[in-house]
Amino acid sequence: MSDRLKVFLLLLPALSVIVVLFFGGLLIGLMRSFNYMPVIGLTEPDFSAYVSVFTDREFYLSFMLTFYIAFVSTVISSILAIGAALLLRRQFVGRAIVNFLFQLNLTVPHLVGAIGILYLFSQSGSFARLAAEWGMIARPAEFPALVFDPYAIGIILQYVWKEVPFIGVIVLANMQSIGEDYESVARSLGANRWQSFRHVLLPLVFPGVLSASVMVFAFTFGAYEIPAILGANYPAALPVLAYRKYTDVDLAARPEAMAMAIIIALLSAVMIYFYVRYSRRRIRG
Amino acid sequence: MVGRESIGIRSFRFLTGALLIIWLVLPLIPLAIWSFARGWFFPSLLPKTWSMKAWEYTFSDTAGVIDSLWLTVGISLAATLLSILVGVPAGRALGMYKFRGKEFVELLILAPIIVPGIAVVLGIHSVFISMGLNNTVSGVILVHLIPTLPYMVLVMAGIFANYDPAFEAQARSLGASPLKTFWYVTLPAIMPGIIVGGLFAFLVSWSQYILTLLIGGGRVVTLPLLLFNFATSGRNDITGAIGMIYILPGIIILLLTARHLSGRSGAVGGFGQI
Repeated sequence: MSDRLKVFLLLLPALSVIVVLFFGGLLIGLMRSFNYMPVIGLTEPDFSAYVSVFTDREFYLSFMLTFYIAFVSTVISSILAIGAALLLRRQFVGRAIVNFLFQLNLTVPHLVGAIGILYLFSQSGSFARLAAEWGMIARPAEFPALVFDPYAIGIILQYVWKEVPFIGVIVLANMQSIGEDYESVARSLGANRWQSFRHVLLPLVFPGVLSASVMVFAFTFGAYEIPAILGANYPAALPVLAYRKYTDVDLAARPEAMAMAIIIALLSAVMIYFYVRYSRRRIRG
Repeated sequence: MVGRESIGIRSFRFLTGALLIIWLVLPLIPLAIWSFARGWFFPSLLPKTWSMKAWEYTFSDTAGVIDSLWLTVGISLAATLLSILVGVPAGRALGMYKFRGKEFVELLILAPIIVPGIAVVLGIHSVFISMGLNNTVSGVILVHLIPTLPYMVLVMAGIFANYDPAFEAQARSLGASPLKTFWYVTLPAIMPGIIVGGLFAFLVSWSQYILTLLIGGGRVVTLPLLLFNFATSGRNDITGAIGMIYILPGIIILLLTARHLSGRSGAVGGFGQI
């Protein structure tokens, strides 16, 4: 058997599943977003779903909110993850515990983290009770709104809780495989701590940070259950809005939901471009 | 290096480490306390009365939590096994061969890892209707393959990239059939990779919410759906108990595989989705 045939046969089952389920799902979504579905008699594609999405104020608010959540969460998580990785590189009391908790946190589903954040930061949550204990507030309503709030603080806190360990373990492994020789050279040539970090270590780990944060951005932009638990009702995050439109009693709203799904997919396509650009080496692993 | 570090730097490191530890466990603490609490109202810092009521309810036959637990285990096991069966051959192709269009194939496999489930599941839902797959366990298992299979393929591609096919050639030249060669030579060599990849794929399926919600249509109630329902209906005590059960497999798998959970193995990439 030739290698070509072998490769083809080895790949066939997996590619069939991915093409049929994933790309099939995307394609059907795309067709329905254009009101085109010959099987059920829709033979005239149109842009009406996109027109109503793009003329809807709620969509813009929702898109801006989701982009803001994803961007802020990704940036904060990446910066803290680099800091945490720098810390974990060194020996200190409690390093083994931090290491274990990092890994533990990776296995805890986002949903559990979201509920935990809800119980911590809601107006009758642990921190509100602590504030009451210290006489800072008298009633739950006096505690600042950190969940269901317009600034999505609870959602961002949840993502930071989950993604710092995720980016952190990747950056840490990166730093360990780079070693400390380059920094030592820089230091011996007179660079101070900050300079050897900023001009030597950071450029070396940056591609790894970027490829991990691209995954985080795409995830946080498309996640449903976290904003559904912690988010405000209006405007809702885009995935929540898309789900609501799709399950609306008015079936006419379904193409709009599909259009939103396609917009999320397009944004992830941009993310894939960046991921591939910065992590070719990693995939080859 | 260590000798030159000042007390200041060492205590700064200790303090940030302590802060990190507290922050990492903090969200899990109220969940754990709630599961043993009874009527824990504002502004009590700790419950006034402790009780096992939530746990008794969770393990009772009427609650349906145990049924849901086994259903979730079954779905995740099935999705994992299918991913292994289909993913191992593809991993071999990507890890061991150079061929035209390889980068394109890698892109096809990478896409489902990055594109969020909500973007594809609406389209799948409208096709599954006509195939009778909506609201069924098989439909949910199929749709879970979207995140688990690409992940398994990438992990196995990494394993096969470091695999030496010379042993297979030797077995074949000594007269072993292809099947025997696979069973006695290839499989033992890639088994550690299959086990670690499989355990992590299990966790990926275990954590799926929106795919199950839409394709299961509320009929296939896995543990995360149950957890979500109790959390949004304000039953904090039962939410706490189910939450504790829900994170258990992750902790067990962590204890089994801790040394594989470094960022150096490609396996960690899948954790972005959990």
